Amino acid sequence: MNDAPRFSKRQIIYAVVAVVWIVSPLFLDNYQTDVLNTVGLYAILALSLNVILGYGGMFHMGHAAFYAIGAYTTAILSTQFGVPTMWTMPIAGILAGVFALIVARPIIHLRGDYLLIVTIGMVEIVRIAIINDAVSSAAKFLNKGFMLLGIQDWALCEKIANASTGGPNGIFGVAAPSIFGFEINGIVNTTHYFFLITAFLAATILLFFLLERSRYGRALRYLCSDEIAAEGSGVNTSGYKLSAFVIGAFWAGMAGTLFAGKITFISPTSFTFAESVTLFMIVILGGSGYIPGVILGALLVVGLPEIFQDFQKWRMLVFGIVLVIMMVLRPQGIMPPKPPKYPIHKVDEREVTL
Amino acid sequence: MEQFFQQLTNGLAIGGIYALIALGYTLVYGVLKLINFAHGDLFTIGAFLGLSLLTAFSLTDKLGFAMGVGALVLMIVCLVGIIGILLDQAAYKPLRTSPRLSAVVSALGMSIVFSNAIMLVFGPNPQVYPHGILPTSVLHIFGLPFPVKRLLLLVTSVVLMAALYFFIQKTTIGAAIRAAAIDQDAARLMGINVNLVIMLIFFIGPALGGAAGVMVGLYYGQIKWTMGWLYGLKAFTAAILGGIGNIPGAMVGGLLLGVIESLGSAYISMAWKDAITFVVLILILIVRPTGLLGERVAEKI
Repeated sequence: MNDAPRFSKRQIIYAVVAVVWIVSPLFLDNYQTDVLNTVGLYAILALSLNVILGYGGMFHMGHAAFYAIGAYTTAILSTQFGVPTMWTMPIAGILAGVFALIVARPIIHLRGDYLLIVTIGMVEIVRIAIINDAVSSAAKFLNKGFMLLGIQDWALCEKIANASTGGPNGIFGVAAPSIFGFEINGIVNTTHYFFLITAFLAATILLFFLLERSRYGRALRYLCSDEIAAEGSGVNTSGYKLSAFVIGAFWAGMAGTLFAGKITFISPTSFTFAESVTLFMIVILGGSGYIPGVILGALLVVGLPEIFQDFQKWRMLVFGIVLVIMMVLRPQGIMPPKPPKYPIHKVDEREVTL
Repeated sequence: MEQFFQQLTNGLAIGGIYALIALGYTLVYGVLKLINFAHGDLFTIGAFLGLSLLTAFSLTDKLGFAMGVGALVLMIVCLVGIIGILLDQAAYKPLRTSPRLSAVVSALGMSIVFSNAIMLVFGPNPQVYPHGILPTSVLHIFGLPFPVKRLLLLVTSVVLMAALYFFIQKTTIGAAIRAAAIDQDAARLMGINVNLVIMLIFFIGPALGGAAGVMVGLYYGQIKWTMGWLYGLKAFTAAILGGIGNIPGAMVGGLLLGVIESLGSAYISMAWKDAITFVVLILILIVRPTGLLGERVAEKI
């Protein structure tokens, strides 16, 4: 009786894309799969930024700071404390989230462009702290505290006292992640890592899709489209924004674990401001606030330059130009979200001034 | 005491440079309410153009420099100013009526374009300015050492700032700029050509930034394609410190920031020097977003 197709055109396209993505390592060599891994990792990171930037509407350009905190947490716990890499993942997320909570609390009320500048300052401070090995100084301080308490010959204390980010040299030898005793080495066998990344990406998409559809996600979105109205009707705007910030940071911290586990070596050069800009660009170019748009953005910004190797040198220049052209011609991104089903009634300004 | 004075004069010299760059942010922000992220890279362009012109005209000895300095600085100032106008026409003018954040992203895009263009043209390695152009002698005033180089830098920036201040405060064109900063629509109704005013500020700001670029090249002797980013952020911090949109504020903020940074790196930690600036930036935005000389204005988000 029912003639309507069971699946919409859009859903079929997504299903095809997903299938192509999953079977692609069969046809690709090690290097090409590695490029896909990088695209997947950036897609996860960009989706976590999308919670802050796309749903929350906050111009946050310091996402590399959270990512760095996650990656360094994993690297330090793995190499200096011997914790299995996958176990460090929640800790990395929580630390990044707590950091976000502390730094975002006082700055969350700032207007868009000022927030942008402050988050840039934040990512720079984090990078300088890593280069100057703030962890080592903090560990020594902590150790003095332990000594005052009289617990100095405890093995863990000694490990804590020696914890370090490695300064500008970074940390070598992060253990490859293993699941149920099965080691997934991103350098030796990129296909194994591909499935780890894909699983995490799928979980990310599902989670943020549910978040988007939830009461919380809707509230966040409407709040970002008209903050004054939301504030006026008694919505706790800074609470919503802060929680979006913490969710995004938490997820970026976990992605940091995947990154550290993938390349087994991290240094401050992996978390520069350019990294934040790349993530920002993925979200803005792809379509902020729309999950397929963000993934498309990751594919374009990270994947394309790998295909055109000669293009590497010109990459940033071209992206800069594209960014400007996009802002002039199509500021909503290549694949923006559909307008909400129940649009907010826009009051004609001329009516109000009468 | 001697170390303190050394740091103070160094801080003032570098603060003068921050102030010159900060004026570019403040002028544009005052009229367009836009943070021109690409401004720091215009400063770098000034530094690189300065180097190219210095070597092109072989103004590498003191006498040649002294004779050519006026023409050279004028040339760079004009060139960078014209690039500034082109920047506005290409990246900001089409976005005058769009949401402000689109313009900010566009500015960021232009910043990336400029810095990478410099890298592609001049290469990724640091470039060295010819030695010995600025005198290395040291004056002793009341027994305290004042390196001539620093004094020269400070005096140049103060003169440029004073010239700008009088231009804005005392001339008719300056009055037009001030009027456009207060209310563009009203200024237009009073017969002011606001587009011309905007072109003018996009000339003056980058021109001063370009001059600051040459000064940094001469003072430190080394320039790099990425340096506009850090100097830009510091100058922006200086502009906020003094109160953005406020011209004397940018001057005071620049000098103050230079001194804070210099003393901080001497007495707190050299390695954390750049972090000090960002901490200052964050603290100001949290505690007093209008800056030291800025006035509180009602904000419509």
